[in-house]
Amino acid sequence: MASEDIRLDHRIIYSIIGPESRVLDLGCGEGDLLYPLVRDKQVRAQGIELDDKAIQECVKKGLSVFHDDIEHSLREYPDNCFDYVILNQSMQEVKNVDFVIHEALRIGSRVIVGFPNFAFIRSRFMLFFRGKAPITKSLPYTWFDTPNVRFLSIDDFSDFCTEKNIRIIEAHYLGERRIIHFWPNLLALNAIFVLASGNAKKA
Amino acid sequence: MTETGNKTDKDKSIGVVETQYYTYAIPGKEHKLESGEKLGPITLAYETYGKLNKEKTNAILALHALSGDAHAAGVHSGQDNNGWWDDMIGPGKAFDTNRYFVICSNVIGGCKGSTGPSSINEATGKPYALDFPFITVADMVHAQRHLIDYLGIDRLLCVTGGSMGGMQVLQWVASYPERVRSAIPIATALKHSPQQIAFNEVVRQSIMADPAWREGNYYEYGQPEKGLALARMIGHITFMSDQSMEEKFSRRLTSGRFSFGFDADFEVEGYLHYRGANFVKRFDANSYLYITKAIDYFDLSGGRLIPGGKAIDTRFLIISFKSDWLYPSYQSQEIVRLLKRKHVDATYCELRTTYGHDAFLIEVEEQTTLIKHFLDKTFNGYLVVSDHGI
Repeated sequence: MASEDIRLDHRIIYSIIGPESRVLDLGCGEGDLLYPLVRDKQVRAQGIELDDKAIQECVKKGLSVFHDDIEHSLREYPDNCFDYVILNQSMQEVKNVDFVIHEALRIGSRVIVGFPNFAFIRSRFMLFFRGKAPITKSLPYTWFDTPNVRFLSIDDFSDFCTEKNIRIIEAHYLGERRIIHFWPNLLALNAIFVLASGNAKKA
Repeated sequence: MTETGNKTDKDKSIGVVETQYYTYAIPGKEHKLESGEKLGPITLAYETYGKLNKEKTNAILALHALSGDAHAAGVHSGQDNNGWWDDMIGPGKAFDTNRYFVICSNVIGGCKGSTGPSSINEATGKPYALDFPFITVADMVHAQRHLIDYLGIDRLLCVTGGSMGGMQVLQWVASYPERVRSAIPIATALKHSPQQIAFNEVVRQSIMADPAWREGNYYEYGQPEKGLALARMIGHITFMSDQSMEEKFSRRLTSGRFSFGFDADFEVEGYLHYRGANFVKRFDANSYLYITKAIDYFDLSGGRLIPGGKAIDTRFLIISFKSDWLYPSYQSQEIVRLLKRKHVDATYCELRTTYGHDAFLIEVEEQTTLIKHFLDKTFNGYLVVSDHGI
């Protein structure tokens, strides 16, 4: 697959997930991330999505989706029933982040979290020099019209993981078109973390 | 095929169709019902649309609701009687008869050609009336399985239906999971809530309170018309929504002014009278009693839909309607929760129509899109969706 016009975050997540994995995508949108995984890697995928138009698009792609919000959708699943639970660009829209991450770690062996970095250099400039709420490529919304309810930096999230005894298995830092290797908290627009529960039982 | 088909294709009906009959459970081989009683011989009225392929892998069983019948699509010769799901079954429609073979049969206990309380009891030569044994949704499905066996179909591509039809879908999965490749239960529930049972009881009492019901032995005299019409009027209120009634009738008057009498002043009253009066011409009162009871008895909650450690590979598409207050979405979500626990491949969508419970009978564009693509994936896998995505 991997052609140039695929979103960078999707390409990274695509490469992380192994063939025939069981995957739950929380806030799967129109299924653009899940579809190539199902088609090329025979992943057993389930999406959760609140927008009914997006669900129609998923079903057109042959994907299985539940019409639900992320927080409600997790409770019924048995422990460890997915290899990967994905929260890509949806965690920042969730109110009860702690609960969602822990539930995701309960039902999935690995949790992939992708989120926009609020400490990106341009955000800092906008806030510091112009005194305005930042608008960037990864945080493109005006303050009064944003779906986001949580604003965090990469360092914030790392601290959160340490505090909650969550293991960070991998971390990827993304610029507009390429991977960022240095000073991610300053230079990355987005981050993708692969998490596992801190308890040893989950290999 | 584009997502909704072009207009001319969509409007195309399957054309003239004919009801067929299949009889089984002949003397000595009676059907043992869930109640323990025996019933036989049993005739099922059924219709089919489209062509069964050589491999017999394209068969869809459509299951009707409380007052439905085998006539789901097309028209009968010389008549103008479009089937109850004509919007959904036909060439290029959600259940595309150019590709699939669709079967619909009248339930046992019904009055549209299948054995029910108005049928002649061979033992007495008279209609069964209340001698007809109580039937359950499982009995209806058991009877359908005999028909599917007779048609030589090992595995159904899909079982689908709304309301009580959806209950039969769930029962098919519970009883014969290996014979169901996919299931589309619409606007239905794992069990009736006390509110739903209450409505059914009012409906039954209104029939039985009519002196013309005569303890069920009215066949020589004619239907208990008042009671049955009233029962149906109550039903129609529950099938619509506050909003759909507002859109359809508002407070419009039938003759432009108040009569200052008890005639039907408002259009909504006229509509209910009309539906009630029409219904007594086409539906047997005792069938209404028996079938509403079967619906109330239905309960696949807990571990009954998918027992124990059993794994099933039936795919599900579950649809509910936001304005449906008779079968509210939470009941469909209960099905979803059950499937989640059992790792069943499923899709659930609550559609935003204003039609209330009736929505499943109407060609709602989103419903058509969901069903069409879900079936496509079930039938063809990913081969056909290559024009999407990356």
